[in-house]
Amino acid sequence: MMERILFALLLVGATVLFSRNILRITRNIKLGKDVDRTDRKGERWSLMTRVALGQSKMVVRPVAGILHVIVYAGFVIINIEVLEILIDGLFGTHRVLSFMGGLYDFLIGSFEWLALGVWVACAIFLVRRNIIKLKRLAMKELDGWPKTDANLILITEIFLMTAFLVMNAADYKLMERGEVEMHGAFPISAELFRWLFYSWENSTLHFVERVCWWAHIIGILAFLNYLVVSKHLHILLAFPNVWYSKLAPKTEMTNMPRITGEVRSMMDPSVQPPVPVARTIAGMDMTERFGAKDVFDLSWKSLMDAYSCTECGRCTSECPANLTGKLLSPRKIMMDTRDRVAEVGKVIDAKGKWEDDGKSLHSRVSEEELWACTTCNACTQACPVNIDPVEIILEMRRYLVMEESRTRPALTTMFNNVENNGAAWAFGPDRRMEWAEEMNR
Amino acid sequence: MSEPINIPTMAEFAAKGEAPEVLFWVGCMGAFDDRARKITKAFVRILNAAKVKFAVLGQEESCTGDPARRAGNEFLFQMQALQNVTTLNGYGVKRIVTACPHCFNTLKNEYPALGGSYEVLHHTQFINALIKEGRIKIEGGSFAGKRITFHDPCYLGRGNGEYEAPREVLLKLDAALVEMKRSKQNGFCCGAGGAQMFKEAEPGDKEVNIERSEEALAASPDIIAAGCPFCNTMLTDGVKHFNKEGEVVVKDVAELIAEAGDL
Repeated sequence: MMERILFALLLVGATVLFSRNILRITRNIKLGKDVDRTDRKGERWSLMTRVALGQSKMVVRPVAGILHVIVYAGFVIINIEVLEILIDGLFGTHRVLSFMGGLYDFLIGSFEWLALGVWVACAIFLVRRNIIKLKRLAMKELDGWPKTDANLILITEIFLMTAFLVMNAADYKLMERGEVEMHGAFPISAELFRWLFYSWENSTLHFVERVCWWAHIIGILAFLNYLVVSKHLHILLAFPNVWYSKLAPKTEMTNMPRITGEVRSMMDPSVQPPVPVARTIAGMDMTERFGAKDVFDLSWKSLMDAYSCTECGRCTSECPANLTGKLLSPRKIMMDTRDRVAEVGKVIDAKGKWEDDGKSLHSRVSEEELWACTTCNACTQACPVNIDPVEIILEMRRYLVMEESRTRPALTTMFNNVENNGAAWAFGPDRRMEWAEEMNR
Repeated sequence: MSEPINIPTMAEFAAKGEAPEVLFWVGCMGAFDDRARKITKAFVRILNAAKVKFAVLGQEESCTGDPARRAGNEFLFQMQALQNVTTLNGYGVKRIVTACPHCFNTLKNEYPALGGSYEVLHHTQFINALIKEGRIKIEGGSFAGKRITFHDPCYLGRGNGEYEAPREVLLKLDAALVEMKRSKQNGFCCGAGGAQMFKEAEPGDKEVNIERSEEALAASPDIIAAGCPFCNTMLTDGVKHFNKEGEVVVKDVAELIAEAGDL
């Protein structure tokens, strides 16, 4: 009985904590500007099915892709086992779903294979990160917490799978001895500790089984709450993030209607210039800015992008600027955005409302990074969950140019040429037809 | 040059109360840059040979605003765009073709929000249609058996999902179409986009166009085909960097077709 009460308390505690954290992240994402991404629903569902559920962009890189599919399938399917653990824990039953008979044997058997697959995949991932040190997984921007975060996730998964298999192994030995009724099929764990457990007492095996059962479920509940401070949140956000993808052509930039209004009123004095929209965000009034100074000026989708990023670095490993030694790394843009929105969130948590902390997204992302982007969209193509770093870069450029008049000198020349000659170069309209004259000369 | 080619402006069409089949949007580079002018002329020869009733805006054409917008100057972009939309709508333009993927992207995707909705085609799409409709006949001729590699412009390929039109056109040359290591969806930028064309590159250890040209040369082509005047310049510079300009030429798809057809 004590065990059941303890379990229920643990479960309730973990769920409450998790819900609070999810609400907090939802609030943080909503600090962003409104954008409608609910059109073309059919297309969105099919995109989500293909890209998120079907992992279509993951397998572009076969090694990481297939290993990831194994871990992903393990995560999704082993959750059926977690359901059984929850019922057993709350009602003091043992393997409550075993009434399913042959299907149960099949399920447990598949879980075991998957658990082994996850174990091996995570081990390979650890090797790729820490021993082979693949370039994209060992870049400077991952130093410190991001690297620790990645390793913690992989080690935890290995720990969870180990607990699951050892639990089954001990249970199976007890079943063999007739101590527990035989249920399930154990293709992996039956062999795993056969010789080790052979000599162990029944009571020891019971104890091992219980310890692993608790370790597995406590591990899962702890992991659930770890997600929210980790890049691993992608396991939840990947799905909505793909659903809300930009469906417009990749190179289409979003229009700024307020500027359209301003320019129209310049062209025609009878048109009234638009009034800047004031927003109240987290208890602070903010007038609309041109471009993005801080996370409040980005769309909520950019902020969801930031929380969905699992720092795999496929974007950066395709980025022409990064590959030619420039400072820009699209992954770092996403990490900086997430760190900044989390920082803003902490201020709001502490003070009950937002108070300017004298910092902004530009405190993290330098102008040199922003001006290195060629807007080629290799990063958005590479991202397995359709994150868009280009939008953030371009919104930050808009802020630099229109609010701070900060740009590169050669771009100022280009602006002047466009403004004065209607061309990016210093040629006037009178020369626009020279080529035609040349043709018939 | 035999017959002079008539290059009418929209104003001339309007004066006669007529409308052309298509407006050829020349673009700043196509109008002012010596190298890109050759692409403009080649495309006009194709239009002429196919008896396409086309017009240009001439002095009334103005920068689409693309580089200003990518460089963060939304005001300047919108001033350009609204002015161009007024001009285009004034002439009742329905269809536009351009040899610049940046103009293409802006006209096609970004002008509708500002009141300018047109059918916009990239010149490789337009040429492909002309060939399919039998309006021009192309035989490989001097290009038969040559190795051609096509460099996907980001704003045509990834940006707007067009990978096949330029390749279909190139296949008409009876040439061997070879792909670079990174092509189509994975195509590697030439380094000019996002207003980089107009500024020094940020500090790094290599120029983007050198990286791409190296990759193009690794495909051992006789010809590097481009579909963008910016890419063309970047790749031409890159080929020169490797002292390969004697062996490998960088040409626009339109130039190749015009040469093959002896237009």
